[in-house]
Amino acid sequence: MQHGEEHQLTGSQAGRITYTLESSLDSVNRVEQTAEQMAKKAGMDEDEVFRIAMAVREAAVNAVLHGNSYDPEKRITASFENTGEALVIRIADQGKGLDPETLPDPLAPENLLRGSGRGIFLIRSFMDEVHFKQLHPGTELTLIKHLGTAQTGS
Amino acid sequence: MSMKVNTRQVDGVTILDLSGRITLGEGSVQLRDAVRDLLAKGSKLILLNLGDVNYIDSSGIGELVSAYTTVRNQGGELKLLNLTKKVHDLLQITKLYTVFDVKDDEASAIASFNRA
Repeated sequence: MQHGEEHQLTGSQAGRITYTLESSLDSVNRVEQTAEQMAKKAGMDEDEVFRIAMAVREAAVNAVLHGNSYDPEKRITASFENTGEALVIRIADQGKGLDPETLPDPLAPENLLRGSGRGIFLIRSFMDEVHFKQLHPGTELTLIKHLGTAQTGS
Repeated sequence: MSMKVNTRQVDGVTILDLSGRITLGEGSVQLRDAVRDLLAKGSKLILLNLGDVNYIDSSGIGELVSAYTTVRNQGGELKLLNLTKKVHDLLQITKLYTVFDVKDDEASAIASFNRA
């Protein structure tokens, strides 16, 4: 577990909150908890809160583990915005870049018993839109949940 | 937040009662170590009781799969007991529900193991 530099709030404007965080599991947990609070605040029901928080956690794990490889010199940024129509979460790393087209299908019979490779699949399963952007270096994932389509509690 | 593991022996089957989270850096390594220790001791009939596991991420799912294949490759059996709805749903969408032998009653789960 890495200690040292605390998370840093780098921006808060027009309802968007942005954090710059070190490449650690503490950052993953913090990003997950922020997403959970955001989804609850938006009135999502328990199942939807779980799905959103998990998708965001998986994106943060990708950024910290596969993107930055726990490199203490590299940071992830995470921004959270409720536009009124959607929850928009962006997670970026400073790694080598990820081409989603090259990822094996975790549902293919030959991949079912693999011990990894399900993160992006779960993100796509749980969010309405997922976009990949190459940052040179790094990758930014944008996760979107439309508020109109989410199952909000009665 | 992290996972707890309690180990019991019933009729030649080792039951691991897991509680908490099975995620990257939390329960995943504990689960891997627990299964590895059992295999090292020759315990190859393993029932994972997930009744108190309230959260599992893709790393935890991967660890369940790895535990399953590791035990099977050594001639043993690993089964799952008492899935919560969240874990059940995750295994469904990842198409792993039919890969695992999933039980919801401990006594019948114990009886279902093949004893050499």
